[in-house]
Amino acid sequence: MVARIFYAFLILLGGIAYGLLLGGISRKITARLQNRRGPTIFQNFIDVWKLFRKKTAISHGVMFYLAPMFRLVGGAGTFLLVPIVVGHPYLSNFSFGGDLIVIMYFMVLGCLGMALGAAESGHPHSPIAVTRGLSLMAGYELPFVVSVVVLMIADKTTTVEGIVRAQQGGILHWHIFTHPFAAAAAFISLLGMMMSYPFQVVMAPQEIPIGPPTEYSSSFLSYMFSGRSVFAVAKYVLFMDLFLGGATNLGWAFLKTFLIFLWPLFITNVFPRFKLEQAVSFFWTWPTLIGLIDLIRIYIVR
Amino acid sequence: MDKDKYFLNEKPGKLTYSGVFKRIDDWTRARSLWVVAYGTGCGAIEIRPTFTSRFDAERLGMRMAGTPRQADVIIISGYLTVKTLKRVIRVYEQMQSPKYVVALGACPINGGMYYDSYNAINKLDLYLPVDVWVTGCMPRPEAILAGFKRLQELIDSGRADGWKKYIENLDWYRENQKKIIKNWRMPNYNW
Repeated sequence: MVARIFYAFLILLGGIAYGLLLGGISRKITARLQNRRGPTIFQNFIDVWKLFRKKTAISHGVMFYLAPMFRLVGGAGTFLLVPIVVGHPYLSNFSFGGDLIVIMYFMVLGCLGMALGAAESGHPHSPIAVTRGLSLMAGYELPFVVSVVVLMIADKTTTVEGIVRAQQGGILHWHIFTHPFAAAAAFISLLGMMMSYPFQVVMAPQEIPIGPPTEYSSSFLSYMFSGRSVFAVAKYVLFMDLFLGGATNLGWAFLKTFLIFLWPLFITNVFPRFKLEQAVSFFWTWPTLIGLIDLIRIYIVR
Repeated sequence: MDKDKYFLNEKPGKLTYSGVFKRIDDWTRARSLWVVAYGTGCGAIEIRPTFTSRFDAERLGMRMAGTPRQADVIIISGYLTVKTLKRVIRVYEQMQSPKYVVALGACPINGGMYYDSYNAINKLDLYLPVDVWVTGCMPRPEAILAGFKRLQELIDSGRADGWKKYIENLDWYRENQKKIIKNWRMPNYNW
């Protein structure tokens, strides 16, 4: 049990580090696309350390203090529920029967905590961004749930582990090939989850400078930063498990999550931004309809 | 209305940095400068090319901060009137320590071409602790980047301590500020 906790802690630290590194790589790639030199790929580590060691003298109440913790716990909890390598004693994390539904609940926790904390900070930009964030969440959850339901019905299981096992036996068994429409819906909703550019309404830098964490500074921000990084990694790992057949060892896990990480990155760098209502109505029509094709197909095929 | 409910009126305690992590702290602080650009002077026009593709300040680890709460550096981009000085003080005090001030152009140094104006201040040093001055009217982005390199050297060697001076000599700074700002309708301390 002690070993289990120790390894879970180690994996969590690894997840945070990997997330920060991916953030640095994304900043570098963005810079190169804009014909700049860009910061080093370790810039996010430097930022987090600097923020963590800064003084803070702001107080807005209890929820203000708790929100970064919610964010970190939401990220870390999601990350620890998703199996990285199925069947491995430690790398399968704390996945259990019925965990896909729990994961989907956990993914919302960070956003809700953030919403409560940001609302308490009292800055006018925060509630605007919170409203946008929660509306956008209502948008991208629908196609994601549709595609997850397709997988659940197809594999007759609600565990991530079962879905991974159902994809074994060659690249053409991956759900991205067997259920391409559901995969497409989920990958479009990933753009919304990662808040990449066409759906970048929450932190919209031109109107509400940084979004919900407007009043957050110093170590609050560093917790949020690391929480967001590990949450991003959790989502990449989840998508790898659901659609790219999971991983048999850490090398494959790194490669596949890196490929998934590139998808929102390249979209984000070439698109302008939707308005909120455009984003939500986009999610509720196109990806949802695409996902429904697979749902109907499954019923007809059976 | 109860003002104390909305503003922190306490003076901050003694802020000291020392110990094992000091070297790492200085190193990271120098390489991760988040900037809030207070763009009321003509120097604001030089900030944009500094931070965008042409001169790319991000390669030095700098980036624009959305709010003063998250910023490390405030750029005073040129002349300050009495009215804007009041806002600058407010913004500066909302930033979290350690924090640095970079003043652009001749105007904050000695008034520049506004030296005899009835409402522009002449010496910024009397009101805020400036860490790096960048001269010129206006300084080009190259000069601004050189100024930031200088600031990074100062931070890295632990010599950029304007924020400490500000807290230690707060009464002196306040006296100067209140001498020139007649309608001081804000809390005594906005930390």
